Amino acid sequence: MADSPTAFATTGRSRTGEPFVWLTAAGLTVGVILTLGLLALVMVKGLESFWPARLLVLEVERDGQASRIAGYEVQERTRRDLDGVSHEEVQVFRGNRELYGEKFVFLDRADIRGTSRPGDLLLVERLEGGNVIGRAVALEFGDGGRVGADAPEFRERLEALIDENQDRRDELEDIEKEQIGRNAKQVKELRLRERTAGPSEAIRVELAELQAEFERLDRERGGIRERLEADHFLLEAADGGELRIAGGELLHVFRPNEAGFFGRLGEMLRRGWSFLSTDPREANTEGGVYPAIFGTVVMTLVMSLFVTPFGVVAAIYLREYAKQGPLVRAVRISVNNLAGVPSIVFGVFGLAFFIYFVGGVVDDAFFPNSEEPVYKSGGILWASLTLALLTVPVVIVATEEALAAVPRGVREAALACGASKWQAIQRVVLPASLPGILTGVILAMARGAGEVAPLMLVGVVKSAPDLPIDGTSPFVHPERQFMHLGFHIYDLGFQSPDSEAAKPMVFATTLLLIAIVVVMNLAAIVIRNRLRKKYATSSF
Amino acid sequence: MTREDFIAVDQFSFYYREKQALHGIDMAIPERQVTALIGPSGCGKSTLLRNMNRMNDLVEGVRHEGDIRLNGHSLYDPKVEVISLRKRVGMVFQKYNPFAKTVYENVVFSLRVAGRNRKRELDEVVERSLRSAALWDEVKDRLHDSAFGLSGGQQQRLCIARAIANQPEILLMDEPCAALDPTATLKIEALIRELKAQFTIVIVTHNMEQATRCSDRTAFLYMGRLIEYGDTKQVFENPRQDETEAYISGRFS
Repeated sequence: MADSPTAFATTGRSRTGEPFVWLTAAGLTVGVILTLGLLALVMVKGLESFWPARLLVLEVERDGQASRIAGYEVQERTRRDLDGVSHEEVQVFRGNRELYGEKFVFLDRADIRGTSRPGDLLLVERLEGGNVIGRAVALEFGDGGRVGADAPEFRERLEALIDENQDRRDELEDIEKEQIGRNAKQVKELRLRERTAGPSEAIRVELAELQAEFERLDRERGGIRERLEADHFLLEAADGGELRIAGGELLHVFRPNEAGFFGRLGEMLRRGWSFLSTDPREANTEGGVYPAIFGTVVMTLVMSLFVTPFGVVAAIYLREYAKQGPLVRAVRISVNNLAGVPSIVFGVFGLAFFIYFVGGVVDDAFFPNSEEPVYKSGGILWASLTLALLTVPVVIVATEEALAAVPRGVREAALACGASKWQAIQRVVLPASLPGILTGVILAMARGAGEVAPLMLVGVVKSAPDLPIDGTSPFVHPERQFMHLGFHIYDLGFQSPDSEAAKPMVFATTLLLIAIVVVMNLAAIVIRNRLRKKYATSSF
Repeated sequence: MTREDFIAVDQFSFYYREKQALHGIDMAIPERQVTALIGPSGCGKSTLLRNMNRMNDLVEGVRHEGDIRLNGHSLYDPKVEVISLRKRVGMVFQKYNPFAKTVYENVVFSLRVAGRNRKRELDEVVERSLRSAALWDEVKDRLHDSAFGLSGGQQQRLCIARAIANQPEILLMDEPCAALDPTATLKIEALIRELKAQFTIVIVTHNMEQATRCSDRTAFLYMGRLIEYGDTKQVFENPRQDETEAYISGRFS
């Protein structure tokens, strides 16, 4: 029946190309798995660092000596000693740095004789020295009062102590940053006037008033500091060591072994929120990353503010007005190649051009009396401009593509209606290409938010005392140095004095940076889709 | 009194770089009539049409000889501002191409670019133009919706409304029904017959029946030359040239 008209000719699979379908699918699968694996790792590790672990008391017997260690397991490892015998070891966080020197300890599993989980163990967060793990003993008040841990009002008094000291710290910060800062600024201005206009009675009186005000503030500050030191929280470590924490140091007390699932969930959310909303402490290894979030978002937004108009205008000229020829082709190739220049080169350029040259000119012109450089040092404005330069090729290329995709008929229709070329571009071509332009801006933002290397040269620091936008006039401080999540990751992971303590923070910060980039992109995508609906392109 | 040579094409030749697209065309297009340009693909009929509002200026490397006069005034006079010319010559394209705007904004586009923004005037223009384009009843409730929500035929009629909003004297139509189905085509043809009371219409078409149904004059172009030009009835029933007869009887296309 081979010659029957219903039989079709068949070919081998390899000739029809089906194996290549599998090959392409395999390529995609590898890519997806790698990406998902990375995201999952960051996600799990990042969220894990907020989950409160149960506290254990381990009975350890080492070299004939028995000791008790309270803490939680961090990780396990297998170590091979010099004789080739391998030991199962477990790393335990035990805190209490003033007692043990190190917050982490490695224990041989073979040495652990027993494990218990007493409900009354506390995990105490404090300002300095890292967390404390122990059993509550008593509260000692500055006026001689003492409340034992077994007293019924103990927990209430402890919470009250934490709360009132939080208020005192806020007050202290207000005095130090706002009031004394304002005072110092006024003194500086007066001194400058004295120098330029010569000494006068009025200035002298004003200076004396400011000096008096400063002394009053300083006394007030001293009083608050004293009260912060007055009360103490006494704890007993698992091995009996005594711990005294000043009331002003106390941040939060948690009982991980007492808490149920929802209690632990609540603690996790609290930790997450304080990570997002507070300033870093202890060389960035503890506390939150709020200034870094703020710096990242502000810098990215300012960057898009610069890069969008600049890139769009350049692309319009390149596509719509320039005579297409070898010169324009060369410009286009150069722009594309600019996207491939290592980002650190842009950092060097930003440092040389924006900071030393432009910043120098600005300082000479507007701040001739300032002792320190104002704009002639790294700042968020220069960093944004440098990144705008870095990402402008992305916007130019995307805008050019979008402009080219506007059908010729639409342009001709606009011209046939008596529009000038600019009117046709402005009223018809640009609105129609807006979604494509926004795609370019989204890509530029994603690239800019994740860039670290050039920022290190033009204004990112590991710890910035003030935010680039705050309550002191003139409210926006484009010359200020700032913190950035990308640099924060680098700083935590590779520059930290306590790398073990910083490890969870690295993952948490990475997760946060990814989340922020995703959120900013999603926002831009939502805007783009709305525009797309508004200017929906015709069916063909 | 209508003018017989409202558009006067005078020994007009046109070149795309080295290639000559039109060879010394001479024709007089009468006012307020429909003149159809027919001919096989590449014969130059679209080129001729697009020279009547100088749309070909956009193409690089073009030049022309001879002249086209509109009501006695040369289009190619160096003093003529192209924008003011295009305000007097509306154009409808083969592929309907409304802007990515609302129906309303599409119609008033030519007024807006001319700087006329008074709302009452615009409202009047929208209603008048859409009524003239036989579209008012279908879209009067969705004036502020996107123009892309309309059907193909409606979009093409919207483009006609847009082209006549500024009350041009001439309406150029470049195969206005090529992208439409038969029903929509019939509507547009009926519209063309109505619009000739107000406008001088020049229409390029591939469709012989369409030319016989809605044009008063027909010009047959072939290889960039005007082969025959006369009353539609005469051209189709009694062609004087052999090429014309061959083309309309479908012996070549």
